Amino acid sequence: MPEIRAPQIPSQKLKTPAAQKPAVPAVPSAVEPSLVRRFLLARGNSAFADRGFHWLMVLCALSIFGIVALILWQLVLRSQLSWHAFGFRFFYQSFTNPETGKPMYWDPVNSLFSAVPFIYGTLLSSFLALLLAVPLAVGVAVFLTEMCPRALRGPLAFLTELLAAIPSVIYGLWGVFVLVPLLREHVNPGLIQWFGWTGLFNNDNPTGLGFLAAGVILAIMILPIVSSLTREVMTAVPHSQREAVLALGATRWEMIRMGVLRNARIGIVGAIILGLGRALGETMAVTMVIGNTPEIHRSLLSNGSSMAAVIANEFTEAVGDMHLSALIEIGLALFIVTIIVNAFAQLLVWAVTRGAPAQTH
Amino acid sequence: MSTNNFPLRSRLRALTDLAVTGLTILATVVVVTPLVAIFAYLVYKGASSLNLAFFTQIPKPVGVAGGGMANAIAGSAILLAVASAIGVPIGIGGGIFLAEFGRGTKLANAVRFTADVLNGVPSIVMGLAIYALIVVPQKHFSALSGGVALGIMMIPTVCRTTEEMLLMVPHAVREAALGLGVPNWRSVLSITVKTASPGIITGCMLAFARVAGETAPLLFTALGNDFWSSSLNQPIAALPLQIYVYAISPYDDWHRLAWAGALVLIVLIVLAVSLVRYVTSRGVLKGAS
Repeated sequence: MPEIRAPQIPSQKLKTPAAQKPAVPAVPSAVEPSLVRRFLLARGNSAFADRGFHWLMVLCALSIFGIVALILWQLVLRSQLSWHAFGFRFFYQSFTNPETGKPMYWDPVNSLFSAVPFIYGTLLSSFLALLLAVPLAVGVAVFLTEMCPRALRGPLAFLTELLAAIPSVIYGLWGVFVLVPLLREHVNPGLIQWFGWTGLFNNDNPTGLGFLAAGVILAIMILPIVSSLTREVMTAVPHSQREAVLALGATRWEMIRMGVLRNARIGIVGAIILGLGRALGETMAVTMVIGNTPEIHRSLLSNGSSMAAVIANEFTEAVGDMHLSALIEIGLALFIVTIIVNAFAQLLVWAVTRGAPAQTH
Repeated sequence: MSTNNFPLRSRLRALTDLAVTGLTILATVVVVTPLVAIFAYLVYKGASSLNLAFFTQIPKPVGVAGGGMANAIAGSAILLAVASAIGVPIGIGGGIFLAEFGRGTKLANAVRFTADVLNGVPSIVMGLAIYALIVVPQKHFSALSGGVALGIMMIPTVCRTTEEMLLMVPHAVREAALGLGVPNWRSVLSITVKTASPGIITGCMLAFARVAGETAPLLFTALGNDFWSSSLNQPIAALPLQIYVYAISPYDDWHRLAWAGALVLIVLIVLAVSLVRYVTSRGVLKGAS
């Protein structure tokens, strides 16, 4: 990037007239415009360049709308085939397997497609993830903002930030080789023995893959975003609130509950929904541990699939145009759902952090 | 002991306080544990399978020992170069608009909101859209399409951090530049952006680190390649993609390579994030203003 030259050039040239001053009277310098002005005039009229620059920047900003429109247009265009074949039934229909008589949802060879098992898998794994992650994330945020010694705060915040920077595929790798064996050997037998009566933990899948593994991996992955956003909205609560509650004789926990959490609750809900948005669209880690079978099971230990996982898993091996189109339609549904979830969450978080009297107490 | 009148109640309150403190500490420990576990296991597994061949050789067929991911590392570099060429200028331009021209306008608010929402769009959807936009008309997978997908994913992050950094530049600096008669575009580029450049660069590095580990948008754009390729028109290998393919394969040799690749990837990303942390915490901006 060129640095500003305006001040330097005049300072060099000014020396010469100053040195010649005794020889020549000061008449020419009165006629001449100032050297800075001459320098700027020599660069031409800046109005045109200013206009151009302004519009270039506007164009860059508008490109963001363009991207959203482009994604939407392309996905709608390419999912026409499946939309015309199934219509809205795509999202709730089921077929019957002619041989076994059991319900069946996804048969690429016979061009029978329904998104039901994938919607179920996405919702179930995301719900599990929220169930595990939210209490932990709020706990960490409370600890970091209200209780933590100052010396620990920086490193701990950095660690949770680092958790957010680990790529999805590495979580998946860790899930396949560490988490899944751990669940298979030590956790699942216990769950089946103690909670088998609920019907949520069946002993029919010895691999360790499945909804529970996906839920745990997702929980680890959305923890950082939920906890850092919760921290943000909690620090936005003005100090006067804390002081007022403490002055009434509250203990620290009562102060946090009444002074901080109650004021920040809308923002915390926003943070949780933003975490949900991440969990819904997470692809690689889920694909690697969920088992990838288009079936619906009540048991959390069964194999399943999710919307993102089925796209990642089948797209390059799709058996025909209808298969491709159905997968793109699932992608379109995922896009629209995450846009709505994210927009809603963003509005909630903004409602708290925007215009919050953080420093004005 | 002014609370002697209600000893039980006050003791209960103190106990609750203690219990909650304990619970939050427990939560923090539970959150930090998987991180430490992942890193420890990654270093343990990755370091034992990392050698020079990993950085110099291309993948060997199944059953042949050895081999490396040299082509995947080079492929990732090419993809990221394409992505940065697209994502960084447009993102910075959008950020400049938000901070310098559009402050407080409806358009700026809409752009900011859309950028934040776009940031949360699943990366696999981005891959689908680029597949439909570039791969289908071209009729073959290509490095170019992978780079474009990653570049588009960089735009919202770069845009928002650029805006935030520019907002930190004091108004006096802009006024001083304009007072000297410097045209506005030049004042923005050479004064404001330059003052904020450490922050903007760290923002770009953050976006870079984020897309460096992305796999999903490359699955059906760059596709992967077992051989050397430097053409933008050919399928190309990428480090995260290769890790994925090797991780789900049934061969132990390939699993080892996947761990080594994961270690290399994570070291690069942690370096980038730490650098960002270091630069922003030193308050380069504060010094400049």
